[in-house]
Amino acid sequence: MTSPLLSVKSLGISTVQDPKILVKDVSFDIYPGEAVGIVGESGSGKTLSVLSILNLLPRGVHVIEGCITYKGDDLTTFSPEQMRGIRGKDIAMVYQDPMTALNPVMKIGKQLLEAIESHEKVDVRSEQRVRDALGEVGIPDVDRAIKSYPHEFSGGMRQRVMIAMALLMSPQLLIADEPTTALDVTIQQQILSLVAEQRRKRNMSMLWITHDLGVVANLVDRLIVMYAGRIVESGTVKEIFTNPQHPYTAGLLSSLPTTSDPERKRLTSIAGVPQKPWLVGDSCSFAPRCFKVKADCLESAPRLEGTLEKSVSCFHAIGVKP
Amino acid sequence: MQGITRLQRALFSPFVTKTFSIFTTLLGISVFVFIVLRIIPGNTITGSFGIETGVLTPQQISELRHYYGIDQSLIMQYVSWIKSFLSGQLGYSFSTGVSVLKLTKSALPVTIELALIGTILGVIMGIAVGMFSARKPGSFRDFAGQLFGLLALAIPGFVLSTGIVTVMANVFHYFPNGFEYMTPWENPWMNFQQMMFPGLVLGIAVAAPVMRTTRSALLETVDKDFVRTAHGKGVPPRKVALKHVLRNSLIPIVTMTGIQFGYLLGGAVIVEKIFALPGMGRQVLDAITKREYATVQSTVMIFAILFVSVNVLTDLIYRKIDPRIKK
Repeated sequence: MTSPLLSVKSLGISTVQDPKILVKDVSFDIYPGEAVGIVGESGSGKTLSVLSILNLLPRGVHVIEGCITYKGDDLTTFSPEQMRGIRGKDIAMVYQDPMTALNPVMKIGKQLLEAIESHEKVDVRSEQRVRDALGEVGIPDVDRAIKSYPHEFSGGMRQRVMIAMALLMSPQLLIADEPTTALDVTIQQQILSLVAEQRRKRNMSMLWITHDLGVVANLVDRLIVMYAGRIVESGTVKEIFTNPQHPYTAGLLSSLPTTSDPERKRLTSIAGVPQKPWLVGDSCSFAPRCFKVKADCLESAPRLEGTLEKSVSCFHAIGVKP
Repeated sequence: MQGITRLQRALFSPFVTKTFSIFTTLLGISVFVFIVLRIIPGNTITGSFGIETGVLTPQQISELRHYYGIDQSLIMQYVSWIKSFLSGQLGYSFSTGVSVLKLTKSALPVTIELALIGTILGVIMGIAVGMFSARKPGSFRDFAGQLFGLLALAIPGFVLSTGIVTVMANVFHYFPNGFEYMTPWENPWMNFQQMMFPGLVLGIAVAAPVMRTTRSALLETVDKDFVRTAHGKGVPPRKVALKHVLRNSLIPIVTMTGIQFGYLLGGAVIVEKIFALPGMGRQVLDAITKREYATVQSTVMIFAILFVSVNVLTDLIYRKIDPRIKK
């Protein structure tokens, strides 16, 4: 079996002042050419987990434990200059809100060119590469686009620009942090198919974060489900959707509306509110809301165990045992 | 309907509204300075005769009032002043016998040079200290930078000026402003020495608010999403700081600089007096003590026109630095 392209091991993230654990014991691998999705509610630590890969965590939040291995090198030991060499070139990112992710006072063409400029000498071909990249993501009038400022573009167009910018250096791994959340539904679908197409064409690995299970179902190979800063379940999309093992995953799936339900049943919901990651002690993070909770759930925290196809972090897993 | 909307658009276009606001500002200032001058005790006669006004006969006073034109109604005085001002006749200074226009021609370049030096020094110092401070908020360097800002803001220009004059003249026996004023064309070295300290005093006054604005604008911009995008594509930190963070913080910095220019003109009045520079500030101060209405009014109007021009310039710079501001 090939070795993973990116491997995150026992990642822990906390605030710097008045330490509060935000992410704990997160481990996952991404293999070359593979697309992995991370799903979870707001505050489940999915965005922090991926921002830490490129050391882009916001001020006041830092990695406290674990290692992030990319092609055998531990990124957490990289100097700022080494990290800069990886950013945008090997691993590129697309962010949640295209309205704020572009510099408002810099022309689109210049912002894309900057992605090349940061890693290699710019020549006449570089500008052509920028044009090609914009054309490839479906920007209609490329000549006008490179001279435009971000505010002259719609949200969907800006997200296309962000994708073009991310693909410019042909990265091995694309990290997408809820890139469709801020867009309306029809545009969402366009962006999804654009990314899917580019990924197939380039055989690129991808890490896609979302809180919308429906979005990722057709896009990724494997799914990671996060709750309160921990991974509760991971596995292939098919396994997760058809045979969820963790009560939380099962609850998430049953709260999804479907168009094929003839009885039009009421959607079920999980009782209670999401647990704050730093308030979870030495117990299962989902125990306070779990319908299967037993005494042992409150005594110690279950560990994520299983295979790449199916892993679960639960003492009393439901569904069919693999 | 089409015609009306087009007319409305023309009436409310930025150019028209801006011109209108400039016009009303200048009109307001002209009325204000005219009235204030007549409210303060004394008039041209007491200004030129001093305590000897008391020995003048009522006959003489009324003749003098007629001679100076202050026996006319206020409205008449105002209208005749505005009329002559608009035709380029700024009036005469009775004490020197020279036209205000001629006085201004020699005084205005001094003040403009001083203001430019003050602004440039202030902006450079302000942005530099602001960037220095914002680099690590809460650190010792931030504390040092903020202390500079606080001190520069708290110490009045006249205190700093007199302090410098006293120390330089008494301790180092160095006081270039004791010599006759030299323009940069006559004697650049002497001019530099004479402008150095007053320029620095004004520069520090400008630097303090510019520094505070720079610091807070930078700290706000640093956390913006597009800065993370820039880091995320591997842009070197120095370039992120200049091209993304500083560039996007310029609007409040330019605004603050524009506002400070107005205070700077006011501060120049005192600083020119202390450093014996023959600028507009000294001209207006001397004219006020002598109650030379025409000189004061016209000089203040020139100050006002300068200030309004800087405002217009600030607006033009906005358009240059932020493409989102529509023309």
